[in-house]
Amino acid sequence: MPEENYITSNCKIDRGVVFKDDKQIFENKEPDVTGFLLSIYQHLQLNYPKFYKMDNLSKLGWLASEVLLRDNFQKEKYQPEEIGLVLANCNSSLDNDIKYFESAKEIASPSLFVYTLPNIVIGEICIRNNFKGEHAFFIQDNFDTDFIEQQVNYLLNNNILQACICGWVDVLEQDYKAVLFWVEKSKKPGPLVFSAENMNKVFGE
Amino acid sequence: MKEQNVIVVADNVLSPIGKTTAENFDWLKKNISGVKQHHRPGISARPFYASLFDEAETFIDSNRSDYTKFEQLLIASIADALKNCEIDAADKKTILIISSTKGNISLLETQENTPELQKRIALSTSAKLVAEYFGFVNIPIIISNACISGVMGIITGMRLLRSGQYENAVIVGADIISSFILSGFESFQALSPQICKPFDKSRDGLNLGEGAGTIILSTNKKYAQNTKVLGGSVSNDANHISGPSRTGLELSYAIDQSLKDAGLSATEIDFISAHGTATPYNDEMEANAINQSGLQSAPLNSLKGYYGHTLGAAGLIESIISIQSLKHGLILPTPGFKESGVTKPVNVIAESRSIKANHFLKTASGFGGCNAAVVFGK
Repeated sequence: MPEENYITSNCKIDRGVVFKDDKQIFENKEPDVTGFLLSIYQHLQLNYPKFYKMDNLSKLGWLASEVLLRDNFQKEKYQPEEIGLVLANCNSSLDNDIKYFESAKEIASPSLFVYTLPNIVIGEICIRNNFKGEHAFFIQDNFDTDFIEQQVNYLLNNNILQACICGWVDVLEQDYKAVLFWVEKSKKPGPLVFSAENMNKVFGE
Repeated sequence: MKEQNVIVVADNVLSPIGKTTAENFDWLKKNISGVKQHHRPGISARPFYASLFDEAETFIDSNRSDYTKFEQLLIASIADALKNCEIDAADKKTILIISSTKGNISLLETQENTPELQKRIALSTSAKLVAEYFGFVNIPIIISNACISGVMGIITGMRLLRSGQYENAVIVGADIISSFILSGFESFQALSPQICKPFDKSRDGLNLGEGAGTIILSTNKKYAQNTKVLGGSVSNDANHISGPSRTGLELSYAIDQSLKDAGLSATEIDFISAHGTATPYNDEMEANAINQSGLQSAPLNSLKGYYGHTLGAAGLIESIISIQSLKHGLILPTPGFKESGVTKPVNVIAESRSIKANHFLKTASGFGGCNAAVVFGK
């Protein structure tokens, strides 16, 4: 029996604009990615010192997850193991790999090296929210929403997870894009059905 | 939910020890390790212990010179596994899954950082080349999830086959060791200045290793006599990005879920192929998790003293060798282990041992707080 799951909220950070559920909540056309990400952090009045240690991929994904879950996450509803993440991008951790490699010519830094893996952003979101469930990081040329739909539905419909963040988080030098979806089983007023089509609509071009 | 059996059809281990699974297992039975001291200024100014291919070694006969060493490893490993079975790479029902932590990152060391180079390094570029080589028609799935990538590849394949989306999955993992990776582990002071000693009192870090592994899975009933993938699970520590959980509860959760998925109890696990990197924290965490899951009396080995830590290939290579152990009723020892140095008891095997085994558990953990467990059985 096919079960339906629902997108409770979505967040997009793209070309200087932050959207929550398709509504613009912040804009800053500063071209520097690091400065732009810091301005989102400040705008949201977040207080999380670990943020400053993160590479840009983790900052981007983490900020998107903060926007995504704000007012939409009822912690008491789930056990830590019932929440997971399925993320993808095309440039893996190359943005930070280049920085690590340049720095290693002088002295290799463990705090940069640890971010030379794309799944660290998943770890950062898990640490922040105490999510302990299934997760995976996939590398894709383009956001493969059919595949993501299949993966997330498998996890939810087999009761491996009860809720899942899924989406795309990519940074390379000055190019970046994050689109995350908070997927739950219960129907609430007005949510989108979780489907590749609805993910594509939010993702845009 | 009635699910189909997911069956291991063929496999390959391509390592400095040997080019086929059988070759590898034969050498391991003779206690031959791939780990030795190397002097390679291109990788490190100082001598280091690792399991590396010879510098001049090539892996495929091709008149195309544009395959990198990483891609050659993937191709050679898949080619040998495919040779030993009737699975058709070009079948619509066959999916290719590639696991790697760093793929072609070593290109950064020798070439100028340009947009073209960035595209060349992308794992999806390698995946396309490999898919084209064999004629895979579906877009390959690429997993890059730190040191659990290989086990995650097996779990992802198992689930795709269970859901009926594909009939066959070719799962390959590879990583090569260059100065990028070595310098990073060195900066963490995670490298042992000798052959590593998993779970031992005097363990002092890990060795890195190069290699590739391929497992071909199918739901086709004609393979029903073979070893099966019975269950798997992934969890996150939610504790620290570069240090494992203090308690091991999250790996234990993944172990428990993989047993539940397999429909087995802890007493039915006949041996464990541990991650066992020989870093102080990893082995301690794993021992905690194994106790928490009631598996402390199950014989356990770590193959890191033979292969080093082969990163994205580790979960595949170590699962494949353990499948051989299952078939031959012979558990391999844990090279380097003499006296337990973890606070919870685990049954580390120091000498190879004949055993009647029906099921084994493979575990893995990595940066980002990730844990994975998978269960294989006859």
